[in-house]
Amino acid sequence: MAAKTLFEKIWDKHVVQTMPDGTRLLYIDRHLVHEVTSPQAFEGLRMAGRPVRRPDLSFATMDHNVPTTSEDRMTIRDPISAAQVEALRKNCKEFGINLYDLQSDHQGIVHIIGPEMGITVPGLTIVCGDSHTSTHGAFGTLAFGIGTSEVEHVLATQTLRQSRPKTFKVEFTGRLGPGVTSKDMILKLIGQIGTAGGTGYVIEYCGEAVRALSMEARMTICNMSIEGGARAGMIAPDDTTFEYISAEDRPFAPKGKDFEKAVEYWRSLPSDPDAAFDRTLTIKADEIAPQVTWGTNPGMVVDVAGRVPAPGEVPGHSVRDVEQALAYMGLTPGTPMTDIKLDTVFIGSCTNARIEDFRKIASIIKGRKKADSVRVIVVPGSQQVRKQAEAEGIDRVFKEAGAEWRHAGCSMCLGMNPDQLKPGERCASTSNRNFEGRQGKGGRTHLVSPEMAAAALIEGHFVDIRNWS
Amino acid sequence: MEPFKSHRGIVATLDRANVDTDQIIPKQFLKSIKRTGFGESLFFDWRYGDDGKPNPDFELNHPQFAGASILVTRNNFGCGSSREHAVWAVAQYGFRAVIAPWQDRNGTRVPGFADIFRNNCVKNGLLTIELAEPEVEEIFQMVDRFKGLQATVDLDEQRVVLHLDEEIAFHFDIDPVVKDHLIRGLDDIALTLEHESDITAFEQRHDTQLHR
Ligand code: SF4
Repeated sequence: MAAKTLFEKIWDKHVVQTMPDGTRLLYIDRHLVHEVTSPQAFEGLRMAGRPVRRPDLSFATMDHNVPTTSEDRMTIRDPISAAQVEALRKNCKEFGINLYDLQSDHQGIVHIIGPEMGITVPGLTIVCGDSHTSTHGAFGTLAFGIGTSEVEHVLATQTLRQSRPKTFKVEFTGRLGPGVTSKDMILKLIGQIGTAGGTGYVIEYCGEAVRALSMEARMTICNMSIEGGARAGMIAPDDTTFEYISAEDRPFAPKGKDFEKAVEYWRSLPSDPDAAFDRTLTIKADEIAPQVTWGTNPGMVVDVAGRVPAPGEVPGHSVRDVEQALAYMGLTPGTPMTDIKLDTVFIGSCTNARIEDFRKIASIIKGRKKADSVRVIVVPGSQQVRKQAEAEGIDRVFKEAGAEWRHAGCSMCLGMNPDQLKPGERCASTSNRNFEGRQGKGGRTHLVSPEMAAAALIEGHFVDIRNWS
Repeated sequence: MEPFKSHRGIVATLDRANVDTDQIIPKQFLKSIKRTGFGESLFFDWRYGDDGKPNPDFELNHPQFAGASILVTRNNFGCGSSREHAVWAVAQYGFRAVIAPWQDRNGTRVPGFADIFRNNCVKNGLLTIELAEPEVEEIFQMVDRFKGLQATVDLDEQRVVLHLDEEIAFHFDIDPVVKDHLIRGLDDIALTLEHESDITAFEQRHDTQLHR
């Protein structure tokens, strides 16, 4: 048999048939649903009198609109947000879909709760009306974001019509240095290939540095595949993956004999050694430094020891692009990144709000106080993460440092809820997008790893974590 | 969906690269549960000042672009969030086609539009056209020189024609599947449901738990 990549193995297994126009009808094993991109899809079904084909394969929660303070959480004051959340409740009830509502212990950001509950396991096809669905690829699944018309298509048919994407192998050789994380790996890659560099491809991340990562860290990489233009990013499953899935508290994961059988199958998924990719790239992990974005897309990024670039110095961006970005960000070329002072530090989002992220930050800031000039907001990715952190006393470390400890939601990652930056405010954020206005109109976002955010919240400006104590 | 064959209209330019869907339709407008009413909020943060009045500096507010229905912009348009609201906003503003350049980066062809955005466009009958960078640059210059310039985008012929005294035409390539889909204005779900028995048969042999 011809050698196959991880992607090809999963793709081939899910082709229902080749359509007359040459596209493939692809079966979808899991459909995740949130309140923002689904109401028009359900409305479409209703108007056409169509049922949801497999409500048992759909899982819903609310995350984007949800206020994260204890006082506001259950009573959403913004009437339009409240109506959207209410619409999801009504739709899930009407169509028989599992909903993790606000009072559920499992509510949280859709890409955090999927893996956490064992909904995400290797070999599956997973979609959601959300571009960061790529996160789930960390388990060796084919997972990608879709628009609302496609959400309706999946609800009605449990399939999607797809043209086959190309494959792109990104190998990280060697080991990461101390203080350098998977967030820095993915930011480095995006800086190198640009925000459209992966368009049309599914990326498979591999190499020694990837193998050494925890599941949480792998999810961070796959999560930001879309920031490099790739709809999906994947990592082959291995013992680290199986160990994560076998943890208690994953109600949907296979157990006992089923688990053993599943593992046997999952071990057949990794790309065959001589499988061919359409494109390959190698990055030396040991040469990666902590990354900080300076501009208005994730490809506008430099090493923390670097400086704000001048127009004309940035590969892949025109002078005008850089000028616009610098003007928006209020930055002067030549400024050392470590001189940039911050107003806010946001720790949260589907990129970096898992328990491991919080443990790392807590170990760095324990017994210390935040800088007086910064506001620090810590938003767990799910209510499970919140509960676990509280059980470990991590919430106290944050509170004693002067941070606000919140409930689960997307929060300031996109500011569709009360958590927003004010115009001109500068924020170090563990999230994934530094677009203009993303965290609030006029807000200025710098993307960093959780570790870099921890050091920055203590000092009130960026610091090179590698030589900071 | 309305079939797309050919369209003639005023060309507007937006001289920005990497325009993300957060810019095309900011987050506050995603709270709507309707599929209409997004045109007024297209490019909201750029288009309106803090006082809520149109920002005269923003290109689409320039008088010569009033009523424009073809948008020409720079590379990687529609990147970021998967929100289909962005496509609804572009279409409901009145655009029927968007043109952006593909780029050569170290020998690889980088598409002019982000994947999910391009896909969403197809579902809504909005035509995305990729041209080479110098061609897009030429359109920018012509639009700048000839106020109110009109163009025809002919999907059947895969041509963009600028209506100058001496017409300039550009050929574009397009995925034949997308072309067919747009020209016929197909409803995907109805088409797929014609294969329902195949889906059912597949479900019988496919284990969605994959415990094997
Ligand atoms: S945390 Fe941010 S990126 Fe993730 S799903 Fe929510 S809004 Fe999207």
